[in-house]
Amino acid sequence: MDFLPTLWFVAIAALWIGYLLLEGFDLGVGMLLLTSTRDEKQRRLMLNSIGPVWDGNEVWLITAGAATFAAFPLWYASLFSTLYVPLTLVLIGLILRAVAIEYRGKGISDAWRRMWDRALGIGSFIAAFGVGAALTLTTTGLPIDANGDRVGGPFVWLTPYAVLGGLAVVGFCLAHASAFLGLKTLGEVRERSGRFLVRWAPVALLPLVAWVLVIQFRSGTIITWALVALAVVAVVFAWLSARAGREGRAFLGLSIFLVLGAASIFAAVYPVVLPSTLDHAFDLTIDNAASGSYTLGVMSVVTAIGLPLVLLYQGWTYWVFRQRLGVHHLPDTHAVEPATARR
Amino acid sequence: MDPLDIARWQFGITTVYHFVMVPLTLGLGPMVAIMQTMWVRTGNERYLRMTKFWGKLYLINFIVGVATGLVQEFQFGMAWSEYARFVGDVFGAPLAMEGLLAFFFESTFLGLWIFGWNRLPKKLHLATLWIAVLGSIVSAFFIIVANSWMQHPVGVELVDGRPVLTDIWAVLTNNTALTAYSHTIMGALAVGAGFLVGISWYQLWQRRRDGIDTVDARGRVIVGENAAIPGRDRIDHSVWIRSLRIGAVVAIIGFGGVALTGDLQAKLMFEQQPLKMAAAEAACADGTSFSVLSIGNVGSSDCTDVVGVIEIPGLLSFLAHGDFTTEIKGVNTLIPEYQAKYGTTIPDDAIYGDRAGQAINYLPVMEVTYWGFRLMIGFGILAAAFAALALWLTRKGTVPRPKFMMVTALLSMAAPFGANIAGWVFTEMGRQPFVVAPNPTPGGVDGVYMFTAAAVSPGVTGEEIVFSLIAFALVYGVMLALELRLLVRYVRGGVASAMPELAHPTDTPDDTDPDKRDDVLAFAY
Ligand code: HDD
Ligand code: HEM
Ligand code: HEM
Repeated sequence: MDFLPTLWFVAIAALWIGYLLLEGFDLGVGMLLLTSTRDEKQRRLMLNSIGPVWDGNEVWLITAGAATFAAFPLWYASLFSTLYVPLTLVLIGLILRAVAIEYRGKGISDAWRRMWDRALGIGSFIAAFGVGAALTLTTTGLPIDANGDRVGGPFVWLTPYAVLGGLAVVGFCLAHASAFLGLKTLGEVRERSGRFLVRWAPVALLPLVAWVLVIQFRSGTIITWALVALAVVAVVFAWLSARAGREGRAFLGLSIFLVLGAASIFAAVYPVVLPSTLDHAFDLTIDNAASGSYTLGVMSVVTAIGLPLVLLYQGWTYWVFRQRLGVHHLPDTHAVEPATARR
Repeated sequence: MDPLDIARWQFGITTVYHFVMVPLTLGLGPMVAIMQTMWVRTGNERYLRMTKFWGKLYLINFIVGVATGLVQEFQFGMAWSEYARFVGDVFGAPLAMEGLLAFFFESTFLGLWIFGWNRLPKKLHLATLWIAVLGSIVSAFFIIVANSWMQHPVGVELVDGRPVLTDIWAVLTNNTALTAYSHTIMGALAVGAGFLVGISWYQLWQRRRDGIDTVDARGRVIVGENAAIPGRDRIDHSVWIRSLRIGAVVAIIGFGGVALTGDLQAKLMFEQQPLKMAAAEAACADGTSFSVLSIGNVGSSDCTDVVGVIEIPGLLSFLAHGDFTTEIKGVNTLIPEYQAKYGTTIPDDAIYGDRAGQAINYLPVMEVTYWGFRLMIGFGILAAAFAALALWLTRKGTVPRPKFMMVTALLSMAAPFGANIAGWVFTEMGRQPFVVAPNPTPGGVDGVYMFTAAAVSPGVTGEEIVFSLIAFALVYGVMLALELRLLVRYVRGGVASAMPELAHPTDTPDDTDPDKRDDVLAFAY
């Protein structure tokens, strides 16, 4: 069953793209909270726009990791151990972010909220940057030996490619988040996000374009170049829509841009999943890194049942919470007082 | 610095930490879902308040479980790459199934539940909670399947020195997994139930101290109210007494369940990892007696000077086989058997690096297994005893006045947590020196095993792991402190902390203002 490793390569690409597409805007909202406004109600509005969905979005990352483990254990082992330090930071970033979202509103002092805003913004930034760096490095290569283990110190991964990839995902998240806020909110937050998108998207999306082009020049084919061309059309469409104030189209255009751009990368590196910068004989490919065909078959059945369901109910969630939110929708916050006569 | 030792500490610390939040999530979730079900069915305000209050605490705890779970998913690849390569064909599958079939449900539907108050129809809203809770119960199943495969590998064949999955059904129905799963779920129920008892006791005690509730001459409660304190009305009393008594009953059921399933597990373990159980019993020589207390050098590797102080003849045989006479093999018999089967020194293989050729010590650290086992059971008995006492003492509708009893009730919440932690430490450290223990049962794949010494990532330095260990420990420490702080604050606030409308009735949206009506989020960050 030779097609199974290829199928799983596609599945894993799809999981990563799903992750970037969905969590992209909620990481971006986290980062935007660092700078965009001091108005407490507006900040809460931004946070609540991702409130019902962010945890479900994060599971795309967990599942992408676990599916890589199941389908390509050698890829999982080599990539994760080689990137030990950056992934540690990503995990800490994600921990800070998750706890910040849930705990920020549960205290009442300004200092408490400021602390969590920082944790949320910085955590989101580290996570976005680290995931971007890791994904770029798995397409451009790492110094691994015949066993798949890192040769060199804890920081050999820190190359221009890593920085480029980190910025690519950070930039995309910022753009996608402003499009999302434009689509989901009312009032000042909406207007500010629209302006931000029009002004900054061209800069913010450059690193992602650069990563796409690097990969294409290394190993592009006609098909992948065609994907790139379509991606460029989508991003131009997105920007023009944003300028015309068509928020839904801008969001859609950016989403298509991401999907096609990332697809062009995955398609161009296929069938290599992690090249070795030391010797191409050590490259991990879909054939030498994959699990046996029985395991892949089992996983295919499970995914064929599970993934459509996920798409269905996550789609439904977005439908349930489709309404635009404004600051007037937010209930007032109150301090939690001890329920006793003796204070 | 030896990366192995540090990586083991890191794994132990992060996993135990994760498993502080997890049983509370697993245990409290179904109870909150039942409370909301009662509310939907009866429309009784009491159940709405119960749902909101316990649901709030559930969420405060849930998020730290999620945050620490992320680390779990990644660290097999980061710190244990050799392990990931060896077991990947089998072990990744349950993890991926957990993501696809459980975590997605859990987190998506929890989001719907949190923000869906007043937005979804009542019954649909209730269904979202049930699905989220079932998601967490299913997730526990898959992760235990993965763990049990390390305790007792099944469903595989050895190809080129690596296990290759041949039968996923065998992995999912591994007898080790089924018993461990039921045991863990029961243990989690005990945790959630203990939580209800402790906190409700505190609330009832506060109502008495504030003079809201009093008792008549025969000790029966006279429920009162104090309009000056938000939420402290008559319904409030019934919220707490109900919660307390439900908790106490579930705690006792949970303990019965753990004892029953634990006994099954012990019988399996005598078969599957005899040395683990021998070490748990400090059973050096063969015999039939169960040690209640042994002293001497319980931690030594050769069993010299371990002296049984109190022993119950026949009980060990009963635990292992269900009769009182079958001799159980002791450590002194088992170690030579292991050495004959799996070698006396670490094999001369590249993956072992410098460790190749070192002698293998097959005896797990006996102090840990011995005391871990007893602590688990001891904490369980304590918790169950307190639950029974609570049931008796509250039969007249409230708790006794003395403060020390309230403090005891609060402290009793820790016992089931302690039992869970002790149980896991016993299980995991009792498996050493194997990370994947061999399967010695008849017809089992005895050749599939891996020494922990071989599992750690060869390319990662000790310094890196020290760095991550310190970083995680610090972040986890702060998270725990903050979680506790928030829990304390919300508990002290009573129901009003989770239902601000009780304290601020004017907040309720004004029905005449079309822009505001039914639009204000019932729950928001
Ligand atoms: C409230 C928690 C709790 C309580 C009261 C008990 N246990 Fe337990 N026990 C656990 C919570 C737990 C656990 C944390 O869930 C473990 C760790 C791994 C596992 O599968 O369950 C465990 C493991 C565990 C094991 C090891 C299985 C293995 O190595 O795979 C045995 C033999 C028992 N238990 C037996 C018992 C017995 C005979 C009990 C008597 C009442 C008992 N446990 C009470
Ligand atoms: C699917 C579930 C689990 C898996 C796959 C797993 C796997 C592992 C692995 C790979 C190690 C490192 C090797 C070693 O040092 O022994 C380990 C050790 C350990 N695990 Fe687990 N574990 C699981 C569940 C748990 C849970 C829930 C706990 C406790 C709450 C736990 C507690 C420990 C401890 C204390 C150690 C350290 C043992 C030692 O170093 O001697 N484990 N486990
Ligand atoms: C060492 C192996 C383990 C791994 C890899 C792991 C992984 C994870 C991950 C990634 C999450 C976050 C999910 C989310 O975002 O919603 C999580 C949460 C959870 N885990 Fe674990 N876990 C491990 C051990 C366990 C064990 C032994 C159990 C249960 C017996 C368990 C039960 C849960 C539950 C119920 C949740 C969701 C609720 C909560 O976070 O408190 N986990 N775990």
